[in-house]
Amino acid sequence: MGGVDKVVFSHKRLEGREIAGNSAAQPILVMVSPTPSSSTVHTAYDSKIEGNVIITRVDAAINWMRKNSMWPMPMGLACCAIEMMATACSRFDLSRFGMEVMRFSPRQADVLIVSGTVTYKMALAVKRIWDQMPEPKWCIAMGACASSGGMYRSYAVLQGIDRLIPVDVYISGCPPRPEALIQGLMKVQEKIEGEKSTMAQKQSFFEEVS
Amino acid sequence: MSAITDVTRLTEAFGAKILKTVEFRGEQTLYVGSASLHDLLEKCRHDYGYEMLLDISSVDHFGDDPRFEMVYEIATLDDSSRLRVKAAFAEDEPVPTATDLWAGADWHEREVWDMMGIPFSGHPNLKRILMWEGYPFFPLRKDFPLAGRPSEMPDVAFSGVAPLEGGPFVTTAGGEDTVRREPRARIVE
Repeated sequence: MGGVDKVVFSHKRLEGREIAGNSAAQPILVMVSPTPSSSTVHTAYDSKIEGNVIITRVDAAINWMRKNSMWPMPMGLACCAIEMMATACSRFDLSRFGMEVMRFSPRQADVLIVSGTVTYKMALAVKRIWDQMPEPKWCIAMGACASSGGMYRSYAVLQGIDRLIPVDVYISGCPPRPEALIQGLMKVQEKIEGEKSTMAQKQSFFEEVS
Repeated sequence: MSAITDVTRLTEAFGAKILKTVEFRGEQTLYVGSASLHDLLEKCRHDYGYEMLLDISSVDHFGDDPRFEMVYEIATLDDSSRLRVKAAFAEDEPVPTATDLWAGADWHEREVWDMMGIPFSGHPNLKRILMWEGYPFFPLRKDFPLAGRPSEMPDVAFSGVAPLEGGPFVTTAGGEDTVRREPRARIVE
């Protein structure tokens, strides 16, 4: 959002302007850039405003920002973590999709990648990491073990991390290929795109205004 | 110097306290009474140069008496001889620790305690090593179900029962036909 100096939230339609696919109830985000440079002057309309205004829904703008900079929290517990490391490295290169900023601190992460066997001894530690992550957050169960316990039908292994924390995307494989992890992360992106982020977060606010 | 010479010398020194010696494909195994286990290990360590403790493991002969069997794998550093020492212990009978002979016995014995529940006398730090402190079961005992048992320690850990869908599946060796040999669910109480 570089160069934006004013952000206007409005749940009404802009004066005299039809916005396609937007009913009156939906919030609208208007971003106004600072003084336009000479190269962006258009003669057809008011050059002081028109070239620097983007009209969109708040949800679409927020989702767009969220999905294109997902910061993963790598929870490497077993061999899946090796594939996760490969995914982040040059051959597969997660950064092509805006997810390369692996944060080893849950406070700065958006998506928890549980990659590997979750033993009962580790289970509550994983949950604590999840609890420390700020909202909004997503979770990926990478590989058979994290999804269902995998081949470990045993006394020591939690039968799927979804018994403790909510999971958005399950990735099959033992371990999954890096391409599969990338696809899993892109599935999370797809999910983020369809979320009603503002409406969900600011529900009481919008009820109040309308 | 090879293990067979040591077996002969140990049999002479310990006499009837050595219950049995077995040679299988060049591997020497000594069965010793539980009371003489530590003396025998000490002799191997100090007199015969078995400076290396490869492993300590245990076997649960559930239903037999004595129930447990300790297995020590020891070797000389030049790898010229290897020896296996076995001793039987009844349930709750403490095993004399080998930590005074080999420092490496520490974690091996903790693992035996953790998984089998065999206590060791004289161990400097006998607590669980794989499962968490407070886990109430010994999971590698034969009377412990493979699927596990539920337990709960608030803020530390919990455990549940894994769905085995009728398993574990066990084949019957030497069955007459393939139908008999087919892996079948074994009911675990």
